[in-house]
Amino acid sequence: MAVIFPKSSDLILKVLGAVIGLGAVGGVAAFAYLSYPTVIDTGYQPVQPVAYSHKLHAGELGINCFYCHSTVYRGAFAAIPGTEVCMGCHSQVRAASPRLEKVRNSYATGEPIHWLKIHDLPDYVFFNHRAHIGAGVSCVTCHGRIDQMVEVRQEKPLNMAWCIDCHRNPAPNIRPAELVTQLDWVPDRDPAEIGREIIAQKKINPPTNCSGCHR
Amino acid sequence: MSVAVRQNPQLLETNPPLVKGGKDFHDVTEDISSITEAKVFETPMKYWITLACTGSIVVLLGAMLAWLVANGIGVWGNNRPIGWAWDITNFVFWIGIGHAGTLISAILFLFRQKWRTSINRSAEAMTIFAVMCAGLFPLFHTGRPWRAAYWLFPIPNTDLNMWQNFRSPLIWDVFAVSTYFTISALFWFTGLVPDLATLRDRATGTVKKFVFGFLSLGWRGSARHWRNYEAGYMILAGLSTPLVLSVHSVVSFDFATSVIPGWHTTIFPPYFVAGAIFSGFACVMTLLIIARWTLNLHDYITIKHLENMNKIILVTGSIVGYAYCTEFFIAWYSGNPYERFTFLNRAFGPYWWAYWMMFSCNVFSPQFYWSKTLRRSVPFMFVISIIVNIGMWFERFVIIATSLSRDFLPSSWGYFRPTYVDISTFIGTIGLFLTLFLLFARFLPMIAISEVKGVLANEKHLFAPERQGAVTGHEEAPKHA
Amino acid sequence: MTSLVQIKFAPKTGPKYWRSLDQAANAPEFRQWVEREFPSTAADMLDGNSRRTILKLMAASFGMAGLVACSRPELRFAPQARLQEDYIPGSPYNYTTSVVINGQATGLVVKTYDGRPVKVEGNPDHPNSLGAATAMMQASVLDIYDPDRSKFVLNGKQDSTWEAFATAVRGLNLADGSGLRILSETVASPTLDGLRTQLLAKYPAARWVEYDPVSRENSRAGSILAFGQALYVHPQFDKAKVILSLDFDFLGLDSPSPLATKQFSKRRLVATEEDIDNISRLYVVESQFSLTGANAEHRLRSRGSEVKQFAQDLLAAVNAPPAAGSDRRSQFLAAVAKDLKAGGAEALVVVGPRQPAVVHALAHQINQLLGANGKTVTFTSAARVDRVDAGVEGLRTLAAAMNGSQVSTLIVLGGNPVYSAPVDLDFGAALAKVAASIHLGQAVNETAAASKWHLPEAHFMEAWGDTRTTSGVASIQQPMIDPLYGGKSTIEVVAELLDLPEKRGYQIVKNFWAAQLPAVGRENAWRKSLNDGVVPVSMMAVVTPVLNAASVSAAVAAAPVAASNGIEVAFVPSGSAWDGTFSNNAWMQETPDSMTKLVWGNAVLVSPAMARQQSLANGDMVSLSQGKYKVDAAVMIQPGQADGAVTLSLGYGRTRSGNVGDAVGFNANLIRTSENFFYAPGFAVAKTGATHIHATTQEHGTMQEPELLGIVGKIRPVFRETTIEEYKKEPAVIKEMVEVPVLESIHPAVVDYSTGYQWGMAIDLGSCTGCNACVVACQAENNTPVVGKDQVLRGREMHWLRIDRYYVGDEEDPRAVEQPIPCMQCENAPCEYVCPVAATTHSPEGLNDMAYNRCVGTRYCANNCPYKVRHFNFLNYHKNQPDILAMVQNPEVTVRMRGIMEKCTYCVQRIQNAKITAKADGRQSDGTPREIKDGDVVTACQQTCPADAIAFGNINDPTSRVSKLKKQERNYGLLEELQTKPRTTYLGRLRNVNPELEKS
Repeated sequence: MAVIFPKSSDLILKVLGAVIGLGAVGGVAAFAYLSYPTVIDTGYQPVQPVAYSHKLHAGELGINCFYCHSTVYRGAFAAIPGTEVCMGCHSQVRAASPRLEKVRNSYATGEPIHWLKIHDLPDYVFFNHRAHIGAGVSCVTCHGRIDQMVEVRQEKPLNMAWCIDCHRNPAPNIRPAELVTQLDWVPDRDPAEIGREIIAQKKINPPTNCSGCHR
Repeated sequence: MSVAVRQNPQLLETNPPLVKGGKDFHDVTEDISSITEAKVFETPMKYWITLACTGSIVVLLGAMLAWLVANGIGVWGNNRPIGWAWDITNFVFWIGIGHAGTLISAILFLFRQKWRTSINRSAEAMTIFAVMCAGLFPLFHTGRPWRAAYWLFPIPNTDLNMWQNFRSPLIWDVFAVSTYFTISALFWFTGLVPDLATLRDRATGTVKKFVFGFLSLGWRGSARHWRNYEAGYMILAGLSTPLVLSVHSVVSFDFATSVIPGWHTTIFPPYFVAGAIFSGFACVMTLLIIARWTLNLHDYITIKHLENMNKIILVTGSIVGYAYCTEFFIAWYSGNPYERFTFLNRAFGPYWWAYWMMFSCNVFSPQFYWSKTLRRSVPFMFVISIIVNIGMWFERFVIIATSLSRDFLPSSWGYFRPTYVDISTFIGTIGLFLTLFLLFARFLPMIAISEVKGVLANEKHLFAPERQGAVTGHEEAPKHA
Repeated sequence: MTSLVQIKFAPKTGPKYWRSLDQAANAPEFRQWVEREFPSTAADMLDGNSRRTILKLMAASFGMAGLVACSRPELRFAPQARLQEDYIPGSPYNYTTSVVINGQATGLVVKTYDGRPVKVEGNPDHPNSLGAATAMMQASVLDIYDPDRSKFVLNGKQDSTWEAFATAVRGLNLADGSGLRILSETVASPTLDGLRTQLLAKYPAARWVEYDPVSRENSRAGSILAFGQALYVHPQFDKAKVILSLDFDFLGLDSPSPLATKQFSKRRLVATEEDIDNISRLYVVESQFSLTGANAEHRLRSRGSEVKQFAQDLLAAVNAPPAAGSDRRSQFLAAVAKDLKAGGAEALVVVGPRQPAVVHALAHQINQLLGANGKTVTFTSAARVDRVDAGVEGLRTLAAAMNGSQVSTLIVLGGNPVYSAPVDLDFGAALAKVAASIHLGQAVNETAAASKWHLPEAHFMEAWGDTRTTSGVASIQQPMIDPLYGGKSTIEVVAELLDLPEKRGYQIVKNFWAAQLPAVGRENAWRKSLNDGVVPVSMMAVVTPVLNAASVSAAVAAAPVAASNGIEVAFVPSGSAWDGTFSNNAWMQETPDSMTKLVWGNAVLVSPAMARQQSLANGDMVSLSQGKYKVDAAVMIQPGQADGAVTLSLGYGRTRSGNVGDAVGFNANLIRTSENFFYAPGFAVAKTGATHIHATTQEHGTMQEPELLGIVGKIRPVFRETTIEEYKKEPAVIKEMVEVPVLESIHPAVVDYSTGYQWGMAIDLGSCTGCNACVVACQAENNTPVVGKDQVLRGREMHWLRIDRYYVGDEEDPRAVEQPIPCMQCENAPCEYVCPVAATTHSPEGLNDMAYNRCVGTRYCANNCPYKVRHFNFLNYHKNQPDILAMVQNPEVTVRMRGIMEKCTYCVQRIQNAKITAKADGRQSDGTPREIKDGDVVTACQQTCPADAIAFGNINDPTSRVSKLKKQERNYGLLEELQTKPRTTYLGRLRNVNPELEKS
């Protein structure tokens, strides 16, 4: 009876099986990896309508975050400053700069500048800036070294796993409330230690149950 | 010795041959292989017509599922309070059907029940197809299968740092059913290997040679192959035996672990398993009778086979009936007013018709099998097998729907009415089941050639051949195997 | 229907609870009914009365959406170019305003997000609200965004402009105004009142007509009869120990403001043991089973036309005790008379607006005899300026004038007379005879279609205005949003007519009040009134009128004898659509009627006895006819309905309402005539043979198990109540209605509930009236979708907080009880452990959290919930409605798509925000977080409840109201025998029965 498969086909079959098997495992792994926000979200750095440099304003000029994002410690949302805030300075400083054309127009017409949103949470997540600022969570914890970015970029994954880590163990990310906007703050001792003291004093207990963030 | 037999019809009577028509090994191979080897135009037209019908029903199923996914569960009749209705009823029904296969293959194999040989192959196939149908429902009854698929399986998701709720019986289901499916499929395929080799050897076309050759994994029928095969088959049988009990127990936990009167019942695991075997055998019966008739396998699927299965149906049917009565007794004995009302309501409430349908189909109808003549009458057993299947579907419906329809707060009592989508989806799964089985019956050996030969070998010394030279089969046996 | 004859009565022991007559009758009809009620094909899904259902089916594409959410969408901010003072984006801002419904003003506080009004609350400082709001007020916010609202000025059928209208008005040659008529709803706005005076002065021959389909003129006329002067009557229910209501549904349909319930419930709340003796006793004589009847200790069924006789007999009985009769009426009469006399100045007789003037007058006389006038009932003047005709009389004169072509210009300011006017006036035809007809309204409704000009009216949250309560307290009506569809307010339109120099609503209103407010600190006073929602200037003084008994008895003698032939039809406003005003409001359409639990429609309510005689079943179409007036409508059997009288509510059968309200229900106005405005005698009821499907949310089931196999069903003590007498004898009587086994669990307690905030709720069944305010408030707060009639028929209504209504006792003349059912937040929650994906878990504060984004939709939790308070989005209810309706959604709550389970979470968004505020406040001051005090967190249902029946708070705080209430003996957990350990518990109702009428 004719031989259909040469001896080597055994090997081929084994290899084939191995490939399929590993492929399946690899597929799941790849899915798990690719679904991780650090991969799909972090590094998002769109070009803003106005070339505004945080590096210049927050970094070199040392303007406090609260000066422009003036609602973070009062409300849930860190409002993007209105044109009027820009004009507060730029009516004098660089009043004629062509790069500020859009800003001046916006102020003149009242037509808002449409900035791009970079740090975005799903609609079913309710994050409150006021609560975090009040507890002593610094801007840098979630937004990174904005003061070193010319064009702002998403640095942190901002996914649930990442949030939960901090909610379970907040100490390392808690600092004196007055220092939250000091992005380059270097603690003189173990930050976790400082954190624990503040937690004890302020009775900070971040929620880890669903309704803490999902309503 | 064989002479003695011929003079002693007594023995023929009590212990008839499992293969009739004095077949020898070659005949067996011929009879069974020929079915799969028939050319397309040789296959009777009635086959293609049937296949076309069932196939179109599968298309219907696809359409219904698409409609469901597009719109949501609202296209079904489910409501508040009846959150589960036909969806889960069908799931449990199909899983139940899927039990006979493994039982026959594994348990009867371990118990050395020789008569299983000519039916186990199709029973196993049936199991696999039934579990496929069953699997559809847990997936689609959420209306958003992509979510269910992603979150019901414990895929490590680094995004949420969150696992499933392993306290939930639904998660247990996921594991129980998928394991069961895997093992059954493996078991089935292993059993197929020697026969696939036979087909390979007999195959003429290159394509056939290649396909069968590939599938038979280089089986040569050497003693070593046989030894490994036997061992592996035994191990798989051992593995799947506990599954027969576990799967439906786990399914029953979906209900037993809840607080709903009529669901919260400790008797459920054994009760469900018995019911599953009951319905499974009924379904095997239905299919085999058809196959036996259409592919005329009378010599292989003998009355003895059918009778034995009927005996099992009689036993399990009675166990189920006993369970029904126990439920009622406990409802009264427990003194729990809700439980009490629920069972009264089952039998005499708005769903009385479903309850009595179930009761008469499952408990009364098998009782006819006390009579030997009825037990051996093919048309009769065909009818009964159908009735039992209907009854078992209703059992699941009664448990699920009536319990939910009237639970604790009278204000939230309700009534379930199926929509055409409910009905078509269920019919669709039947179509899927039959299509798969038809394809199997046509293109794979429906009867385990090698095993039947094994039986034949044992019986040779008992029953004298009517033809001369049949024993020559012995020599070629290993080759063909 | 025969089945009703063979009702199986409950054992003598204890009352018989049941809900559906068909079920109580154990009828085969019930199964047929069920089959009709649960149609089973998608074809049926399409012919629901709401077009929403069709839209729902058009969601086919959406199913795939979840699969392809991969690429990152580009999101943009649009920060205001010019800053707004102290404005925080995304934060709620509250504004006071005031609404007028049926001439009654109520102060409101409206919560807005980024300029969108999303939630209405009562204004605690307003005397008619005292912090509460009714269901209609809660729903009124939805009307702003109604996509069917009129968007353009219409001249004929052509789109036009306000400017064009202005010129057209100039063009009108009104001369002395002899041809000018103005038709408005009851004017309760001081500014508008002022403008009206100007207008009537400018056109000395013009007339102004005030017409409300639900008119209160009878009360006014009654006061004229009794006291010789027009008066507003103000019952003080909180001061009354014994109350007799003569056909006055003051807890329900006859009180457009929450005030009556607020006052009444003051005497029903039992905060401490002493309060038990303050519980008032309420007697009701009425035709249809009203909420007031449901909350009464004793109720007498009586045709509306027979109430007058009862009042007369009562007057006599109060003067001289009557001879004891044997029938219920005379027993009732004797008992009431005796009780009222005993009550004296603490007694109170009130009469409903449907009763003729003479009955009101009789009541005044009885109150006088009791010494109640001035004590439990006070009066303010209801005087009107000349040339203002009011009520149906006014409308009749107007119609006559229009038909006589004496009217050249008719200006309809709001309202919808073409639909709502009595049929005999044939207002539509009359309107056609008017040369210049101008209609101002929020929708292009029946009247707009029949008018030459239509002007879009601004919603009351869109325009400046003001209101005055009948007690004389004024409020500014403050807008929160610019008119979405360019509407103008009545005030602005009248200013246009007068061609005033100042046509801006804000200035007109402000100028008016500038004149009223003292010159000193005027601006501050103005700002204060905006802030408080109440103007610190009283407009009216309480008067103490002198009763003229002679004129009353003269009027009684003169009054015609009630015609008793044929069937009497009663016209009452609908609890959902009111008089048609809310018929296009989906929230209201889906609010179950408090008694019938009917949604998306109305019905001819007939008594069981009548149904038996005429063999009528639920859903049978009948034609109600008298003379040339006839309407076909579907029957619904209403226990407690007076025999020989049927009730058909107004506000349905609209033809130009909009996508929601068109062709919903049956139009009562087709048989309503100006002579028989409220009670029409002499009707014939004939079966047409056709049937109609009623959608009810609670037709399913009975509190007494149905009789099966001759075994009489048990009564499940779901709603628990007892008499004061028994409670005093044995306080544990309510707790002991069910034996609760001790929980022996092999599992150690997972969470420690003894520390921190532990949220809990207590619902006082004694004070809850079942008014539905909480149901709509919950819907507004939590973005609960509307599902439409067809889905309700399938039992898929979504209200997180529902109100169960059970009848108690014999079904000819039963009592009824109302029980609100929110999520119980069980500590041992059956829903939690069954969820395969852990989408519902327990919070350390005792909440049963629900993470919508985690839910995959297995519905296992809902199956396993003993209270059935979990609601599943079977279809994409939200997605399938017009986009603009997204504006009303509360940004604090996730909007759920199809396939997601949802439920009450004690308004967790409010809890979280309160916690954040408390912490942040504290931290900004001394660093340590401030503890949440009782009252910092109020749930939506609790806040709006006019009966203060819902207490919510931290049960670990011994000083909180809820923990005090939970300590009471009458506190019980629903189904607590299941050991679910519900956090929501109920306080059993204590009934102050009159032993002469009910042996306890």
